[in-house]
Amino acid sequence: MENVIEIQHLSKSFGANEVLKDINFSVKKGEVVCIIGSSGSGKSTLLRCINLLERPSGGKILYNGENILDEKHDIFKYRTKLGMVFQQFNLFENHNALSNCVVGQMKVLGRSREEAEEVALKFLKVVGMEQYINARPKQLSGGQKQRVAIARALSMEPDVMLFDEPTSALDPEMVGEVLKVMKELAQSGLTMLIVTHEMGFAKEVSDRVVFMDKGVIAEEGPPEQIFNNPKEERTREFLKRVLNQM
Amino acid sequence: MTYEWLVRIITNYWPMFIRGAGVTLLISIIGTIIGAIIGLLIGVIRTIPMPERGPKRVFLKFVNFLLSAYIEFFRGTPMIVQAMVIFYGSALVFNVYMDRILAAIFIVSINTGAYMAEIVRGGIISIDKGQFEAAQAIGMNHPQTMLNVVLPQVIRNILPATGNEFVINIKDTSVLNVISVTELFFQTKSIAGNNYRYFEAFFVASIIYFVMTFTVTRILRYIERRLDGPDSYIMIDNQMQVERPEDALRKKGQN
Ligand SMILES: Nc1ncnc2c1ncn2[C@@H]1O[C@H](COP(=O)(O)OP(=O)(O)OP(=O)(O)O)[C@@H](O)[C@H]1O
Ligand SMILES: [Mg+2]
Repeated sequence: MENVIEIQHLSKSFGANEVLKDINFSVKKGEVVCIIGSSGSGKSTLLRCINLLERPSGGKILYNGENILDEKHDIFKYRTKLGMVFQQFNLFENHNALSNCVVGQMKVLGRSREEAEEVALKFLKVVGMEQYINARPKQLSGGQKQRVAIARALSMEPDVMLFDEPTSALDPEMVGEVLKVMKELAQSGLTMLIVTHEMGFAKEVSDRVVFMDKGVIAEEGPPEQIFNNPKEERTREFLKRVLNQM
Repeated sequence: MTYEWLVRIITNYWPMFIRGAGVTLLISIIGTIIGAIIGLLIGVIRTIPMPERGPKRVFLKFVNFLLSAYIEFFRGTPMIVQAMVIFYGSALVFNVYMDRILAAIFIVSINTGAYMAEIVRGGIISIDKGQFEAAQAIGMNHPQTMLNVVLPQVIRNILPATGNEFVINIKDTSVLNVISVTELFFQTKSIAGNNYRYFEAFFVASIIYFVMTFTVTRILRYIERRLDGPDSYIMIDNQMQVERPEDALRKKGQN
């Protein structure tokens, strides 16, 4: 299988603070990769570098073999190929649930309203929110907002979905509904890169787990290895810490 | 005595009062609308993310400097003085004798624009960063983000401030009598002078000003409430099989 995204020697600094150091890894088509690691280790920054919400300081990001950090690369078109789901949902406050999923398709992909609404409805059904198409973000619960946000990203029909702690801002009783949707997506063969603190979920859905520590990838491997038999001391310590908290 | 004069002034001069009030409203409505548009444009330009280097950065810096100068100047000088400088200045320097009403609209517009630019900039800055990022993440460029996501929210948020500017403009157009614009204050002054009845004439004017500002405030409140939409949403129930989401969509498409 070919790499959809391949990251080579990626680095990112905020001023003197070097947040990512020589990151190398790739995501294959259809793969589900979870990124775990303690707070401040650079997981969000990595995700945000991948869709260029942050400009990397060095290295390469290859998308289907092309370096998207080249000056001439069309970053707007590239971003449509990546769906992003944020911790804080970030639904467009001035649009209702349906319109949140439609506006990008119409304005960015140039789809007609009919087509865009059809696609939006298809994905709102996938996340179980088709009954709420008229609701404004203000009127939805956290879990419902996040499911609409997932539908919004899916409506652009991206090649890869990026999730940045999609359940961390949710009340405990709503975490389940979002994880359920994500599990179904993972099983459907979607390529997903997920930053998460939900270890059970990561163990269950991922093909590969990446453990980040202080801006580097400390260990990477299949979930059985990372969770049952970690090779690195740092991984073992981290897991002991988070699993004890539960 | 005063009461009789009041009645006499109203019955004899009501068309002049009405015409004056009409001019006042015209100048302040158009001035507020153009000013709001100027403010929106400037607010958008002043929040364009600064490129890290290159000629674009120099150009944007220069434009921002000009815009700040405009804002500072018009906020820092009284409109009555601006009116004199612009009206007589254009006659002296460019030999252009502006139509007085047009001159008035021009002055009110650029004055309002200077205030609105800051209000809009504040409105854009106060929109959550996540809204910009979500728009960028689905591939929108800066203008698309502004038009489809940010500005609709900004416009809703600055509506009270815009209404406030409108009310201020209704009152402040009175200073334009210095360039003989036939707005309400100017008309009242003529009526008062012709009859040597200052109290009665200006008492009528004060009532008219109040009715105008009060009505405008109420109308704007109403519009704000309308824009916020209904408090609840209609849930589209699948189980009932009466109307599926698709049908709801189709119906919406028809009307
Ligand atoms: N815009 C920024 N400017 C300066 N420093 C930043 C910025 N964004 C992140 N950082 C710093 O980069 C480091 C990594 O942050 P990041 O958000 O990527 O961590 P994380 O692994 O996602 O943590 P968490 O699990 O808490 O979300 C932190 O030390 C943070 O303070
Ligand atoms: Mg994070």
